[in-house]
Amino acid sequence: MKNKAKTVIIGGGIIGLSIAYNLAKLGAEDIVVLEKNYLGSGSTFRCGSGIRQQFGDEANIKMMKRSVELWSRMEEDLGMDVDFRQGGYLFLLYDEDEVRDFKKNVELQNRFGVPSRIITPEEAKEIVPLLNTEGLLAAAWNHTDGKANPFKTVFAYANAAKRLGVDIYEYTEAQNIKVENGSIKEVITNRGKIETRRVINAANGWAKILNKMVGVDIPIEPYKHQGVKTEPIKDGEIKPMVVSFKHDGIYLTQEAEQGGLIGGYALKYGPTYDITPTYEFLRGVSYRFSQVIPALKYTNVIRIWAGYYAETPDGNAAIGRIKEIDEYYIAAGFSGHGFMLAPAVGEMVAEDIIYEKTNKPLWFYDPYRFQRGELRGKAVQMG
Amino acid sequence: MSEKENVIICRCNDVTLKEIEELIDQGITEIEEIKRLTRIGMGPCQGRTCIPIVASIIARKTGKSYDEIGIPATRVPVRPVPMGVLVGDEDEE
Repeated sequence: MKNKAKTVIIGGGIIGLSIAYNLAKLGAEDIVVLEKNYLGSGSTFRCGSGIRQQFGDEANIKMMKRSVELWSRMEEDLGMDVDFRQGGYLFLLYDEDEVRDFKKNVELQNRFGVPSRIITPEEAKEIVPLLNTEGLLAAAWNHTDGKANPFKTVFAYANAAKRLGVDIYEYTEAQNIKVENGSIKEVITNRGKIETRRVINAANGWAKILNKMVGVDIPIEPYKHQGVKTEPIKDGEIKPMVVSFKHDGIYLTQEAEQGGLIGGYALKYGPTYDITPTYEFLRGVSYRFSQVIPALKYTNVIRIWAGYYAETPDGNAAIGRIKEIDEYYIAAGFSGHGFMLAPAVGEMVAEDIIYEKTNKPLWFYDPYRFQRGELRGKAVQMG
Repeated sequence: MSEKENVIICRCNDVTLKEIEELIDQGITEIEEIKRLTRIGMGPCQGRTCIPIVASIIARKTGKSYDEIGIPATRVPVRPVPMGVLVGDEDEE
């Protein structure tokens, strides 16, 4: 292992790897990524795989629009197919209030070039023939949203970063960060020390532990959320991600390659580092899924699993420089949106570090907004 | 060599001996990573058939012991169960 590096990124998930790749792409050299377990093992490999631009605020819409551009050409950029499929996102709306809110969101999304629209229950049923439309008033639909394979995406970013000279060390845990007079001196790991001036905290669920090492306090807490997977169903049966807030935030879709259904709902536990799946979830998710897609009653569940949403008080990540410590950055607290946002976040952080400016809405994710009490509108969050 | 293409290790997701050995040769020797890249252990059998076989392939090729390799977590349900059975009769929980 190297004992000196210009940049040390802590966290080998999709965010840390996207930042590493983008920094190297902009010409930064001597970058190290530390992962305490194996790549993707924290939140990325446990995520629900959805990628959507249907957010309710300008910043997330712009970031996701850019991300979808990058997702679309990821195979060319990174040299590996990551199963990105634009099957769309379908939000089921059951009352006037929901329809009004989503109409507003759709207008905003359209203004920034996202082709979402409000459709009728009949149109929704054409998109998902198995859908139960009882009580459904309308749906919000965007055909350019989609999903990708989190496992392949992590390897794609890691391999592309390595080709650009980034060193990735797995099973290497950052145990302490030494700071003197407001400057970073070194990162101490279980495999030795790395002298560095710059650290990027991309540890998401574990971000607060790193922040504590340097005396920074940003409200990011790990909550246990769960996912379910069924046996394969007929190919193309449920192409979009189907979401219903009336059913406690369920989201479900057919996996691109393997044909099983995956999804979850808003049940959460925490803050906690426990990730034991619960029977409460298994039963709750089965109940809610079969309300929306009745045929699922006859579908076998083969697995449930759990992972973290590293949540902030407003459901948006904390991204940016920490002023008290020279060259300490944070990109964490993605609250369940890290996977989909990763391509644009990597670009944004790399641009900010290399050029000290970016045309992306970095201000929105300002880590200091919590202490100033300027919370953003709660980001639309599923699961 | 072509024989290895015909040896199915994971019957749920049609993963062959060749695919698993190729990953190990690339340096991916972690069973959790092999699981996520090939989907072994993620089908209806949930690894009951394939995981011990994959562990033995890793052991043979890397010299790691069975204990070092570790076995991915087993989670509920123990065997596939229809959602309707979990829900029981119509009404909420």
